[in-house]
Amino acid sequence: MERDFTARGHHDMGGLDAGEIDREEHDYALWEKRVDALMMLCTNRLKLMTVDQLRKGIEALPPEAYDNMTYYERWISSVTNTLLERGVFTADELGAKMEEVKARYPDGVMPGGAAGGGC
Amino acid sequence: MTRFAAGDRVRVHKQFPPTPPSHIRTPYYIRGLSGTVERVCGAFRNPEELAFGRPGTPEVPLYRVRFRQKDVWPDYDGNEADKIEIEIFEFWLDAEGDEA
Repeated sequence: MERDFTARGHHDMGGLDAGEIDREEHDYALWEKRVDALMMLCTNRLKLMTVDQLRKGIEALPPEAYDNMTYYERWISSVTNTLLERGVFTADELGAKMEEVKARYPDGVMPGGAAGGGC
Repeated sequence: MTRFAAGDRVRVHKQFPPTPPSHIRTPYYIRGLSGTVERVCGAFRNPEELAFGRPGTPEVPLYRVRFRQKDVWPDYDGNEADKIEIEIFEFWLDAEGDEA
């Protein structure tokens, strides 16, 4: 009797019904380019994390978060968590920095349309 | 130093820890199925270890394994000869016939 101890990760959706696929191209927002650049900096230059860690962090997102976040929102969420785990900065430091950045903009709203997760 | 060579029949492991938090590079839909080694791709640092910030050494052989589409998708109604190829690390493979 063969026993299957594996579970399908939410990201591991090959073979599942996908519904409609959005094939529309879109321009990258400035914050998305910044997230990409940040990731390159953290991996190639600073060696703070690996691409494999990025993927693990994305795979660990709860299903609802995984489905509702955009591509680069998943990235920045994983990068943030990985750097927190690694002790590059603390949650308090991150929170203080976010408040500081927010205060630069009228009513605390950042331009550019980053739907949360922008940096 | 590789366990398998082109032409060998192999079977993909099923018994692995659940994911997440594990990081698994072998897609769910291929686990437990048998295929044929198409080529040896070389050796690479283990991404399932790198994902945890560990060195990922020693390097692990990676194979391109060929499966019959009909074996993968029970309701596949395309050409009998259609194949799918997937790159799979050695620690995910057994020789076909070995009991896992």
